[in-house]
Amino acid sequence: MMFKIAFRSIFRNTRRSLTTMLTIAIGTAATLVFGAYTIYVTYGLQTSTVERVGHLTVYRKGYFDFGSGNPAIWGIPHYDSVLRLIGEDPVLKPLIVVVTPVQSLAGIASNSDKDESRTFIGTGFVPSARDAMKRWNEYDVGATGLANSGLRDGNTAEGLIGVGLARVLGLCEQLHLASCPKLPAGAPTGSPVSVEVASLPKQDFSDLVARDALPSQAQSDAMPRIDLLAATAGGAPNVVNLQIRNVEPQGVKELDDIYVGMNLALAQQLVYGRGEHRATGIVIQLHRTEDIPIARARLAELYRAHGLDLETRDFAEITPFYSQVLNLFRSIFSFISIIIGIVVLFTVSNAMGMSVVERTDEIGTTRALGVRRAGIRRQFLLEGSMLGFLGATLGVVIAFAAAYLVNHSGLTWTPPSQAQPVPLRLYLFGAWGMIGAMWALLIVLAAAAALLPANRAARLQIVDALRHV
Amino acid sequence: MSPRRETNRTEPDDKPVVRLDSVTKTYRIGAVDVPAVRGVSLSIAPQRFTMLIGPSGSGKTTLLNLIGCIDAPTSGSIDIAGQDVARLSDNALSDFRARHVGFIFQGFSLIPVLTAYENVEYPLLLTGRAAGERRDAALEMLEAVGLKEQRRQRPNELSGGQKQRVAIARALVKRPDIVLADEPTANLDSETGASVIALMRRMQTESRTTFIFASHDAQLISHADATFAIRDGLLVTGSTAP
Repeated sequence: MMFKIAFRSIFRNTRRSLTTMLTIAIGTAATLVFGAYTIYVTYGLQTSTVERVGHLTVYRKGYFDFGSGNPAIWGIPHYDSVLRLIGEDPVLKPLIVVVTPVQSLAGIASNSDKDESRTFIGTGFVPSARDAMKRWNEYDVGATGLANSGLRDGNTAEGLIGVGLARVLGLCEQLHLASCPKLPAGAPTGSPVSVEVASLPKQDFSDLVARDALPSQAQSDAMPRIDLLAATAGGAPNVVNLQIRNVEPQGVKELDDIYVGMNLALAQQLVYGRGEHRATGIVIQLHRTEDIPIARARLAELYRAHGLDLETRDFAEITPFYSQVLNLFRSIFSFISIIIGIVVLFTVSNAMGMSVVERTDEIGTTRALGVRRAGIRRQFLLEGSMLGFLGATLGVVIAFAAAYLVNHSGLTWTPPSQAQPVPLRLYLFGAWGMIGAMWALLIVLAAAAALLPANRAARLQIVDALRHV
Repeated sequence: MSPRRETNRTEPDDKPVVRLDSVTKTYRIGAVDVPAVRGVSLSIAPQRFTMLIGPSGSGKTTLLNLIGCIDAPTSGSIDIAGQDVARLSDNALSDFRARHVGFIFQGFSLIPVLTAYENVEYPLLLTGRAAGERRDAALEMLEAVGLKEQRRQRPNELSGGQKQRVAIARALVKRPDIVLADEPTANLDSETGASVIALMRRMQTESRTTFIFASHDAQLISHADATFAIRDGLLVTGSTAP
């Protein structure tokens, strides 16, 4: 009977109840849609990050904190044996998709044809391993905008650069870059230099480059070339010639203007010359992100067991931007949830308060018939919960409809730190935990909102309530 | 099947079902104490059609509320069906009302979202009766007041007289010791009022329940077995019909 009275009482003042329910429904739907978007951003950002830097990277101890100034001296000696140790470990092997060395470096990139040069930050990698990493798709987020490098393991002379660097080095025409603006007329073309410096002959590193060229560095005249100058681990200057196979937008302008990617062998040649080739990091990509703690613990065991002076960092540590973006979205989600919670609280409380006033005579009657104060309180709490239940359920339905529409609308957007637009999706289907929690939370909130009016109703004196007009 | 009195009732028919001893009730309005009932002592015999009569503001409704355990006296004792109700907690009073007291209000006070049948069934739910028993008793009572056909209608679909019949059925369905009716005909036209009075009289005779009215309706008063006149909160006279 209590359910019957509660349900029918809700529809006694249809307009007010519908307004309250719609407020709850829209609040639920808005929170769920934003929650679904946050999940999508989380998965999308994680996928693009893991595609680039893997889940874990093994460094020489101290490199992560102090090595960026001179990566060359922090290389892992005999990294091949570490690679084998990780790749063949019975615990790690089933967890790993890719395990590959990388070499970080920095130096000066120059285009002698245009007399342009600038500092660069580069990464040497194994092209096939890098391309394999870009196929990681645990959350089925589809394309993240990252294309294959186009590089081949066998051709160590080839590399890729950021669009910004291509622009700065005057390579737009040669690389046929449509999005590359021309230098405005009258723009300064270089730093003012002294007469003495200007009179010096142009630097040409071709002899130096040819001397140290690797056997597999097949030159192709069709591709533009740049020279990369860097200090070796021993401190001596070294130069290599890079054929630009591809241009890869980096998403962040600061990186796009300085990025050079190249074959690991070329990077090692530049940094270590004829000395022992090392790697600044060993990147590990796992099948599942949730395996990070297991893998990390196992790696620590291996370091201890083999006396290796190494440490492991995960992708969230390596790219703080990832955590910062997620924290931002979580903060916004929490903020929206709190605002909507407050709106629901006040709306339901107001509706229930008005209901108590309108039904004062009914409260007096039922109390006179023998209903206890607790019974009256339960009655109004039930009505508040029912409003919450109906509103939250309607909100879930609206959220699913909105998610379906957005997912099938073909909308695209460019996520933070990415250069290419990707499909816009709402990850609501499958987010049952969030849906259930939000649904239950709004019902509890609606019940809590009814508590004050319910207590007021329960405390009414019977004779006063019966006299109420 | 007509309503009848429970066979397992314990109090003998001649023992008063209601006994008030020096009952006062004072309301505080702002800083002023307003006495509504002043030292009333009375006994009401069972199975009677008893009237509390008096002009408006005389205190008869307050007295009725005190007897119905929906208001507490400022002083004095009230004994209903052998129970000193002043000793009961709020919850115990609710349970006591649910089992022993029926109400018929001037404005009918039916629960608007429930049908006529559900309104009549409602008091039985409060006493924990089984579903089958509730159904039989409610239908029997609706039939007794001539509203079995209207059992699925809600109060807003019933006339004033029909609403008051539902209220009578609701008050009697649990076989209470006393039924309290405050101006039960005040909102009805004279013809409907007469039919409602006739119905209550018939139901009272059949169920042998004690009816206590607060009214100044002469038509209703003419049916009284006993009357108590109240004026300015004081019991002026008390008489029992031969």
